[in-house]
Amino acid sequence: MVDLISIENLEPLKEIIAQHKEEPGCIMPILQETQGAYGYLPIELQKVIADELNIPLSEVYGIVTFYTQFTLVQKGKYKIGVCMGTACYVRGAQNVLDRVERELKIAVGQTTEDKKFTIEATRCLGACGLAPVMMINEDVYGALTPDKIPGILAKY
Amino acid sequence: MNMLNIKINGQDVSVPAGTTILEAAKSINVHIPTLCYLKDINEIGACRMCLVEIKGGRSLVAACVYPCSEGMEVFTNTPVVRETRKAILELILSNHNRECTTCDRSGVCELQQVSEDLGVREIRYMPNKEEVHTIDALSPSVVRDPSKCILCGRCISVCRDVQGLGALGATNRGFKKAVEPPFEMTLNDVNCINCGQCIINCPVGALKEKDDTARVWEALADPTKHVLVHSAPSVRAGLGEAFGLPVGSLVSGKLAASLRRLGFDRVFDTNFAADLCIMEEGTELIGRVTGGGKLPMITSCSPGWIKYCEMYYPDLLDHLSSCKSPQGMMGAILKSHYAQSQGLDPKDVFVVSIMPCTAKKFEVLRPELSQNGLPDNDVSITSRELARMIKEAGIDFLTLPDEEFDEYYGDYTGAATIFGATGGVMEAAARTAVEVITGKEAENIDYEGVRGVEGIKSADIKAGDLTIKVMVAHGGSNIRKVMDDLRAGKLDDVHFIELMACPGGCVNGGGQPIVSAQDKMNVDIRVERAKALYHEDKDVLGLRKSHENPSIKKLYDEFLEKPNSHKAHELLHTTYTARPKINNK
Repeated sequence: MVDLISIENLEPLKEIIAQHKEEPGCIMPILQETQGAYGYLPIELQKVIADELNIPLSEVYGIVTFYTQFTLVQKGKYKIGVCMGTACYVRGAQNVLDRVERELKIAVGQTTEDKKFTIEATRCLGACGLAPVMMINEDVYGALTPDKIPGILAKY
Repeated sequence: MNMLNIKINGQDVSVPAGTTILEAAKSINVHIPTLCYLKDINEIGACRMCLVEIKGGRSLVAACVYPCSEGMEVFTNTPVVRETRKAILELILSNHNRECTTCDRSGVCELQQVSEDLGVREIRYMPNKEEVHTIDALSPSVVRDPSKCILCGRCISVCRDVQGLGALGATNRGFKKAVEPPFEMTLNDVNCINCGQCIINCPVGALKEKDDTARVWEALADPTKHVLVHSAPSVRAGLGEAFGLPVGSLVSGKLAASLRRLGFDRVFDTNFAADLCIMEEGTELIGRVTGGGKLPMITSCSPGWIKYCEMYYPDLLDHLSSCKSPQGMMGAILKSHYAQSQGLDPKDVFVVSIMPCTAKKFEVLRPELSQNGLPDNDVSITSRELARMIKEAGIDFLTLPDEEFDEYYGDYTGAATIFGATGGVMEAAARTAVEVITGKEAENIDYEGVRGVEGIKSADIKAGDLTIKVMVAHGGSNIRKVMDDLRAGKLDDVHFIELMACPGGCVNGGGQPIVSAQDKMNVDIRVERAKALYHEDKDVLGLRKSHENPSIKKLYDEFLEKPNSHKAHELLHTTYTARPKINNK
């Protein structure tokens, strides 16, 4: 298992909130750090954020569902984003994505049972010269072929 | 004041700095269509219906938010303005469930009106929303139909900014954007107080009251049921609007006549119970002041406020008066004293209340508001539902004679009728409390200090040597300011607080007839409807103090003994329960 905090443990969340509470526009860093720590933003965490900031839950939820960076469902420690932008697509991104799915035995949008990997199909990552491209968290992998996938995944 | 000179369609107009183009145009009777605009509440320029052209401008601007500037030349009726507005409206309509003939809002729909005004006769665009919308009908008060929502945001602003709640919000983005409670929950499971302010501020039929008229028709047709009706103060100040009368028309007589023609066995008045409420609540207050009870005491008439308190201030519930609302008291008296005196089994007595309020529908379901397993009131319908019943029955409301409510439980004073306006309960209580405390007739019973639509009002009421410090607040966000101060210990010297969930009090309740946002630019409905009630108090009714209502005296003599007696406590007082804001379990 990986080291995400369980949503039963609300203390780290309260610390994150306390750290930012007085800053204007504090909701974005709070949501980002909370998702970083817990892996996702379920109702249990959003309720605490709403209460602590004294704003409606609907406002927190509205922000979370507006930005694609936030997720309501638990994701893996490593988010694999396979670029499906035009350049990557014509250079064979679909085959890369298929291979990632086969290796991890899950489909796009799903998370492995051990909460280690989540696969996402993303829009252009801005590295078209390296197409096809994928990112695993902050790491970028370019000039991919399906056969390179097992080796890359093994690093995590 | 710094004045600006501008031209609208070639006509000179001078307006104070800060005026928007929409307001400037209104001042010279130039009509600009709007949908998302709601004066002072939702001024966000989102729907683009009010686009106008400015000479030298790069693009069209939204008149509802664009401020006038010196020398500006505005055109509201050019080909490009007309075509653009029409195209945008067609795009909105292409995603709107246009079942107008069976829609709750047929005839009072702002989208229908704008479509008519702009002359839309065909829609050139295909809908791009294919998802199936689920109607949220689990709340006892408010029904949400997302297929009609045009995403204008008016309900969001009212709920969040005016009521201080945010039960609804904007979710997702792009084609998936929706206006709904968080986490796909129903309104019944979030921090909704059932006030219905979202309904009366929705331009279309996306939000409406839970229609309970079928249950009333059914009871009226049932020969085994003895069907009683009682109608709240504010209904008489709003109902006429549903039949084309101007805002602020007082229709007490036609209200009684229409209820009689609908076939109710007796036509009573919740105002009777408002007078009763003053006797009980006034006595409770004097008891708390002299006996060292919890102060300040807070009124308990508004069911929206009660749920607010139960969710947001559960630690302060002991400040609430234990009195049931007038609706609750009325039902309890009708199913006990009235039933006994008529030799009726309370099981056969069916009590219908007519309320300006959608939260009353929630109140009638409270298990604590019942006796021997029978609810005090069987069903509560809004002013709007009553108007529909009157129309359906073919009653020509405007030509009805003015009739009286039935005697005894239909007798009321001016103190009761002003319950409908913010400050009214406080004023009614003062009229009685001062005379009870001093034992003398008061010289002045017009308490101007607690009247009017200022959000939070404070006043000192003199009763002989005693000064009673009172506060009045209306609208959820004002309530929160008062309650936060109370929690922080800043109101320890205050004796009595009146809180009403709806802005302006019950006259502007969520169950009242719909007034369009354009009409609300011309008239403050809170003020005009309140005037109707103060007029009835001062000029129509002979008696203006609750303790002078002869039928109230009689009720105590022959049944309740005295205010706050054991019997009164059993029937007329209640308890409150802390409840979660969000119920996701």
